[in-house]
Amino acid sequence: MPRVAIDVLLKHEILDPQGRAVERALPGLGYADVTDVRVGKHLELDIDAEGEELSARVEKMCADFLTNPVIEAYRWRVITADERADA
Amino acid sequence: MRIGVVTFPGSLDDRDALRAAELAGAEGVALWHAEDDLHGVDAVVLPGGFSYGDYLRCGAVAFHAPVMDAVKRFAADGGPVLGICNGFQILCEAGLLPGALLRNQGLRFTCRPVELEVANTSTPWTAGYAPGQRIRIPVKNGDGRYYADTVTLDRLEDQGRVVLRYRDNPNGSERDIAGVCNEGGNVVGVMPHPEHAVDPLLRRGTDGLAIFASLRAGAQPLQRSR
Repeated sequence: MPRVAIDVLLKHEILDPQGRAVERALPGLGYADVTDVRVGKHLELDIDAEGEELSARVEKMCADFLTNPVIEAYRWRVITADERADA
Repeated sequence: MRIGVVTFPGSLDDRDALRAAELAGAEGVALWHAEDDLHGVDAVVLPGGFSYGDYLRCGAVAFHAPVMDAVKRFAADGGPVLGICNGFQILCEAGLLPGALLRNQGLRFTCRPVELEVANTSTPWTAGYAPGQRIRIPVKNGDGRYYADTVTLDRLEDQGRVVLRYRDNPNGSERDIAGVCNEGGNVVGVMPHPEHAVDPLLRRGTDGLAIFASLRAGAQPLQRSR
């Protein structure tokens, strides 16, 4: 069954206080060369569908429930077993 | 006047809202998230708390609860609906109100009284206040920063749909917005907690009571077909 990974971030124009807090903490840890930190969500799921049907179902799921289009942007892709973030 | 208060798993302020309704002279009716039935109430309150653990996004899971189908129909028929805090988040997730509530700018959970200005007194929930009246009721949230895009914010302002405004913005909400209403004015969402400022025994005062008393005093609920 295909596995889908979805990455969700607040839209770029929206203040992400969590990202900013991380960004401000990094220089103190020796990482002064980091800018524009954004903190979001990574979802993974198995879905029993293929091809265009898979695309349509993932897009609808994201629009209806998994993301809020008012505040969030997302990207998704089908991943292999060794691309799991928890592998 | 029968005011229904929905309890979701994780609701915290449902009892307070029921008590506020009673103190305002109405009958408080407990409603359950899993029932697609409002038991003929005249108004509905979605209370504060952390429905379904606020998993995924605040209010995102609650918006799919069976009771929300009934709430959507009730709102579409002009029935008065008030979302407080988590209830406001649910109404935004459900698309019954525009915008969304984001993590507070300072990343802190904020729990303190705030000064507010009542910016719209034509809704069934705010008819008991004087236009521009200053009130003091508590906020109690970690995700209270109201956000909508500029076009939506301009439209809300032009149509007078900002219901409550912070005098001293506690969380970075756009344009100091603490509460908004839908186009019909019958659906109102507020981030502060009027139900926590209804009892003269407590230091918080009773500025929130008029939210629940407004239904009785001013706007009668619209005639509905059902």
